[in-house]
Amino acid sequence: MSAAPIHLGGERLMLDPAGVLHWPARHTLVVADLHLEKGSAFAAAGRFLPPYDTRETLSRLALLLRRWKPARIIALGDSFHDRHGASRLPPTELEALHRMLSGIEMLWVLGNHDPEPPEGLPGQAAEEVRDGPLVFRHQARPPASRFSALAGGEVSGHFHPKATMPTRVGGITRPCFVADGRRLVLPAFGAYTGGLDARDPAIAGLFPRGARLFLLGRERLFSMTAAPTGQPALTGTAPG
Amino acid sequence: MGTLPEPFAAWFAGRGWTPRPHQLALLRAGQAGESALLVAPTGGGKTLAGFLPSLVDLARNPRPGLHTLYISPLKALAVDIARNLMAPVEEMGLPIRIETRTGDTPQNRRARQRADPPNLLLTTPESLALMLSQPEATEVFAGLGAVIVDEIHALAGSKRGDQLALALARLGRLAPAARRVGLSATVAWPEPLRAFLSPTGDPEGVRLVQVRGGAPPELSITLPEGRLPWGGHMGLASMPEVYRRIREARVTIVFVNTRAQAELCFQALWRLNDDALAIALHHGSLTVEQRRKVEAAMAAGKLRAVVATASLDLGIDWGDVDQVIQVGAPKGVARLLQRVGRANHRMDEPSRAVLVPANRFEVIECTAALEAVRHEELDGDPPRPGGLDVLAQHVLAMACHAPFHPDDLYEEVRRAAPYAALSRRDFDDVLGFVENGGYALRVYERFRKLFRDAEGLVHVRDQHVARQLRMNLGTIVETPLVKVRLRGGPVLGEVEEWFISTLVAGDCFIFAGQTLRFEALDGVSAVVSRGGEGEPRVPAYAGSRMPLSTWLAARVREIINEPRKWRLLPAAVQDWLKLQRKQSMLPPKDGLLIETFPRGGRWFLVAYCFEGRLAHQTLGMLVTKRMERAGFGPLGYLATDYVLATWSAFEPTEVDRLFEEDILGEELEDWMAESSMLRRTFRNIATIAGLLEKNHPGQEKRPRQMTMNADLIYDVLRKHEPDHILLRATRQEAAGGLTDVARIGLLLARARGRIIHRPLSRVSPLAVPALIEEGREWVAGGAEDALLAEAEALVDEVTGGAELFSGLLADVTEGVRIRPRDVDKPRHRERPRRNRFIRSAPKSLGQA
Repeated sequence: MSAAPIHLGGERLMLDPAGVLHWPARHTLVVADLHLEKGSAFAAAGRFLPPYDTRETLSRLALLLRRWKPARIIALGDSFHDRHGASRLPPTELEALHRMLSGIEMLWVLGNHDPEPPEGLPGQAAEEVRDGPLVFRHQARPPASRFSALAGGEVSGHFHPKATMPTRVGGITRPCFVADGRRLVLPAFGAYTGGLDARDPAIAGLFPRGARLFLLGRERLFSMTAAPTGQPALTGTAPG
Repeated sequence: MGTLPEPFAAWFAGRGWTPRPHQLALLRAGQAGESALLVAPTGGGKTLAGFLPSLVDLARNPRPGLHTLYISPLKALAVDIARNLMAPVEEMGLPIRIETRTGDTPQNRRARQRADPPNLLLTTPESLALMLSQPEATEVFAGLGAVIVDEIHALAGSKRGDQLALALARLGRLAPAARRVGLSATVAWPEPLRAFLSPTGDPEGVRLVQVRGGAPPELSITLPEGRLPWGGHMGLASMPEVYRRIREARVTIVFVNTRAQAELCFQALWRLNDDALAIALHHGSLTVEQRRKVEAAMAAGKLRAVVATASLDLGIDWGDVDQVIQVGAPKGVARLLQRVGRANHRMDEPSRAVLVPANRFEVIECTAALEAVRHEELDGDPPRPGGLDVLAQHVLAMACHAPFHPDDLYEEVRRAAPYAALSRRDFDDVLGFVENGGYALRVYERFRKLFRDAEGLVHVRDQHVARQLRMNLGTIVETPLVKVRLRGGPVLGEVEEWFISTLVAGDCFIFAGQTLRFEALDGVSAVVSRGGEGEPRVPAYAGSRMPLSTWLAARVREIINEPRKWRLLPAAVQDWLKLQRKQSMLPPKDGLLIETFPRGGRWFLVAYCFEGRLAHQTLGMLVTKRMERAGFGPLGYLATDYVLATWSAFEPTEVDRLFEEDILGEELEDWMAESSMLRRTFRNIATIAGLLEKNHPGQEKRPRQMTMNADLIYDVLRKHEPDHILLRATRQEAAGGLTDVARIGLLLARARGRIIHRPLSRVSPLAVPALIEEGREWVAGGAEDALLAEAEALVDEVTGGAELFSGLLADVTEGVRIRPRDVDKPRHRERPRRNRFIRSAPKSLGQA
């Protein structure tokens, strides 16, 4: 496994091919859109998805905790699929979560799916987290005007970006990071999270001068560039 | 020989008709209360034969209530038949009420039909399933006297057929006295249809009435002038000849195999149409109104020709058609005969039809089909077990109707022929799935849809569950569609969403018989304008191609093997085979020819198996797996009806090791599970079973609605609960439909020790068609990451390796802009090629 370094707001960050971000200077692991208990949310609506998504997501997260040994985790919102998600955690998963987070500072950034702090779980909840030159929020904030630049850097989730890389046998689609020097959007980490094409105006509009995409691979990332915007809208629905 | 009672005899006589023997036979069976299957060629007065016993009975004993239920695979057919029945009923003054009930029937009429059903109700399998899920079904169907299943050959053996069989089993309980009538086109094996129809699942309970065809059809093959195409399935080169024949006949149906082909042929014909003949287009993606308009014009004799897909295969009687032209190989003998039967709907005159093969292999295939027709040999598939996903839907529907005991429902379901061999374990697991998901981890108890009372009866939880079921009823899984709307004008029809997503403003494509320019996507529709520059593309549709019947494939092999039979073939095809004999060799009768050659930076391997596309698909998975292990770096493969072709990064050597019999044993299941086919199968099964929401065509997507990705569910389920009922259902369906393992076993056994490897320096004549074929399967696994790395390196070359993580990117991104058409792909992650569904219109079209 090899992580890729990028610089954002002057900070050196590591992009992990599993779809998470590590900030070595602050011993911080950043993860977006866990959507825990999405399966049970669907089950309540009459669609019995396999009830293993939380277990699957947490076991992948546990692996990353062993890899990076962070002192702090920032979850960039939509950590639960709905506002009652935390209360539906099965006992084994709840216990696993407590065990995983012991000795780690946990910051729950609130998202549109989980606008309230998760009950009964360790950690602090916040609308956004500022640390040094970086700000961590659920959804990227478009610049107020095209002349106002972000000071520092912004790290966010929400959009579940994915991208298709053309290869000699056709396109291959993977979840991806989207970045320019000021802004970084993380792919969704949850087991049942689909994606939105990074060319969609909802994402591309955040990167008017183009971006670099990092597609997730098994052992490494594959990078390609995204054109500056100005392309017509093709598909319009942003995932929640 | 019996006679008709009055007033029927007088009515027949008044039109100069005499009742046909099979009509009388069905009348006798009906009067004796016996079920019957009528197998007759098109145009035999089949439908009237089916209804006659009911009409006679109702004329004799008029009474209110539902007497006869008629089920047709097509809504339009049900409506058409209802109209046709009105005429004799009114002319004879019979006190019989006839109504239809389809998805189009307005809510208030449905409600009235529930309270006061008509005597004859004409409907579809989906609408029947819906009616049976309602609490009133018991009263509505209690007095039912007869069930007529039309075009039963088109339903049995499909998932719609499974659904219908289950509905029939339920009718057997609600109305045990109702006799059944099946109407079928000529088929090779009527036994499975008898079983399908039978109230007990046993064919003996159904009387068979078979009508031998009248005059044998007159069939011929026509080839394009000039060069005979190597590949392609469109047949455009033959359009001048097709046009000439349209001009010479009164009314022609031009049958094609896919909707994309229909669009292209239609355009090509209109370019040639100097006489401005009335030529129309008919396929399943056009709006219903448009199709009805074409059908009405056809019936009124206003058209000279209609270019049609399978949308005209069934049903509606055109009367005056005097010529059928089949463009592209017919793919099956029974299907060909049925299409041919569309011409000259009178049994005593021969039908006239012309086959127009699109490429060289198709010439051989058409020749083989003609031989088969001459020898009166039909092909047909053996029955397959009913789908467990359909059963899941049915179980929930039955609970919505009324509480049931699992033991009773199990017994009832097994009276449906497709489920005769259903194990109790599978039934219980399906029931468990419907109840609460049926997962080993029982965390969904509080969300359960069904509960059991003290007596063991299963009840549905609430009306919400019932509503959700009724929204999702049916076994046809639509891919997401987008309406195509002219700017400031009408909706022209629907194309698949992914196709639209590959267009940028200004791109043009052919649809509904015109060249359209894509402007923008507005909510649920693609706004287009007429005209446009550049090479138009053609939207195509997943799964629209029929596989060649393996039986016909065998006949093709026979012809290739027998130079004496070549005289049946046109000179160009003979030359092609001779060239193959010279440059490589002809595929031997026993044994297996395998060619390898380099091309375009990859190594190709072509195996001439002639076992049909479905068997080749499976073989392709297994062979590429072994190639991966041998270090050849397989990248993909393609299965045609005749050959298997693979391509790899390195030259395959010792190829006989790749085709050893033991490839069937090792890791077959693991490998299959990774395949894109199983993922597609799973998506359909999960949707039918109610796990995923169905796409409702044209339905506006709510903002922020998240569609569930079936692939992700499949991966999680496979990891945590590999024996879950939905995965078992997926494997069962794949084993029956796609992976004819036994067939491959026989092929490999036959080839053992007789594999002939021909390393060539370039592609052989016989391999050319395969290389330009669409429909590639992608090798999953390690190769994908390798390809990404390669593509990334290529981009780096273009950008000079510039890595700009901060500052401006615009200066490097200009040169490597990703054009959407570079990444055309259907939505499935595992099938990333554009070739499969989209083709640019051939140059010849623009020049014609």
